[in-house]
Amino acid sequence: MATETHDAVEGAAHAAESAGMPQLDFSTWGNQIFWLIVTLVVIYLILSKIALPRVGAVLADRAGTIANNIAAADELKQKAKDAEAAYDKALADARAEASSIVEATRAENAEKLKAATAEADAKIAAKTAEGEAAIAEIRAGAAVAAETVAREAAAEIVSAMGFKASDEEIAAGVSSRLKG
Amino acid sequence: MEGDIAELGKYIGVGLTAIGMGGAAMGVGNVAGNFLSGALRNPSAAASQTATLFIGMAFAEALGIFSFLVALLLMFAV
Amino acid sequence: MATEAHGAEEGSSLVFHPMDQFIVKPLFGGTEVHWYTITNVTLWMALTIVAVLALMVLGTSGKKQVPSRGQSMAEMAYGFVYKMVEDVSGKDGLRYFPYIFTLFMFIVFANVLGLLPMSFTTTSHFAVTVVLALAVFLGVTILGFVLHGTHFLGLFWVSSAPGPLRPVLAVIEIISYFVRPVSHSIRLAGNVMAGHAVIKVFAGFAAIAAVSPVSILAIVGMYGLEVLVAFIQAYVFTILTCVYLKDALHPAH
Repeated sequence: MATETHDAVEGAAHAAESAGMPQLDFSTWGNQIFWLIVTLVVIYLILSKIALPRVGAVLADRAGTIANNIAAADELKQKAKDAEAAYDKALADARAEASSIVEATRAENAEKLKAATAEADAKIAAKTAEGEAAIAEIRAGAAVAAETVAREAAAEIVSAMGFKASDEEIAAGVSSRLKG
Repeated sequence: MEGDIAELGKYIGVGLTAIGMGGAAMGVGNVAGNFLSGALRNPSAAASQTATLFIGMAFAEALGIFSFLVALLLMFAV
Repeated sequence: MATEAHGAEEGSSLVFHPMDQFIVKPLFGGTEVHWYTITNVTLWMALTIVAVLALMVLGTSGKKQVPSRGQSMAEMAYGFVYKMVEDVSGKDGLRYFPYIFTLFMFIVFANVLGLLPMSFTTTSHFAVTVVLALAVFLGVTILGFVLHGTHFLGLFWVSSAPGPLRPVLAVIEIISYFVRPVSHSIRLAGNVMAGHAVIKVFAGFAAIAAVSPVSILAIVGMYGLEVLVAFIQAYVFTILTCVYLKDALHPAH
């Protein structure tokens, strides 16, 4: 029993010695440091001679391309804006023309209407004048007839009453009465 | 027998040293928690301070790693 | 002989030892590890190089305006690190961007390749992370002195603090400055190693029928966490490098 534990302890101690902490086994440090330095130098050379300039160039290139593309996009945007302005202008012009045509047509129509109205007015006025003339004529005719009738009636009356009177006297008297 | 007592003391020492790592755990948690509470107050400033966060965590953790190292040395090297 | 005893010991407790995955061993026979020996470290570092080559060189070989999937990923990695360096270190930090990008790519691919089953994780070794961190530390310190001369020491003299406190703060600042490479390296290796060791421990439990469903679920959960950790640790290592670089470029406290 005692020897067994002793063996186990010795075995453990031995294991610890051989495998315990390989990090503290200084006999391997020289080897590791040598290979580490080799590795670092190789990686440094690879990176600084090949990789980093290449990646840096690609990144710079890309930044340039992106800047260029953004500038081109801005230019296109400007163009689109210009085109839109031109379109707006054309539209406004067309609208103005259309409205001027509408205005002209309206004015023309108004003119025609005015002329037609004037003509109609003139016709109406002529007709009215004609009518008035006819009425005046009729009225004049009526007055003359009335005078004649009155003169004849007056002459009849005068003769019936036994007076004698010349035609001139009767006519003068009737017309003065008719007027008075 | 003497060897047994020495072994006993060694392993007890290793166990005690491992407690030190709990302290490092609390420290790292403290750093991260305080960072988070600060970041939630001012999220816009958080992104610029992640480097500080990691440096702080690294410093807090280094001491725990030291105690772990002492434990390993006790276990395997002493 | 040694391996036999080791195997016998394993049989009695766990199926395998959780730290076995980190052993550095020669690929082509032999047990001696010399500095030039081709080991599993060499293999996995070579695979890291291949992965970086595949992503950053083959992936971008089209040089397309509209990127393919590979090129898009390479550009994303480039932009991610570039922005990080620019935000944290400032414009003049971009001169050191290739070195920082090298660090990031190496760590991220070493971490992710290390997550493959049966793989060897190079970044779990202190030898690797200490060299990475020391390179950053020494580089940044020398850069600071070259750029600013003795003004660089102003980094340790907190001129905004009240007078009597300044020496005390200077001591603290100097200590924290020299702890930087330690924490910088141990954080990476420790995180990676801890995750892998925990997965292996759960994998050992999976051999016990009663708990194997739970342990397999735990492995799945841990694996997801490890994927996250692989990226976050690479990110943290890189961003701390940027922070240290910023201190060297603008030491005014």
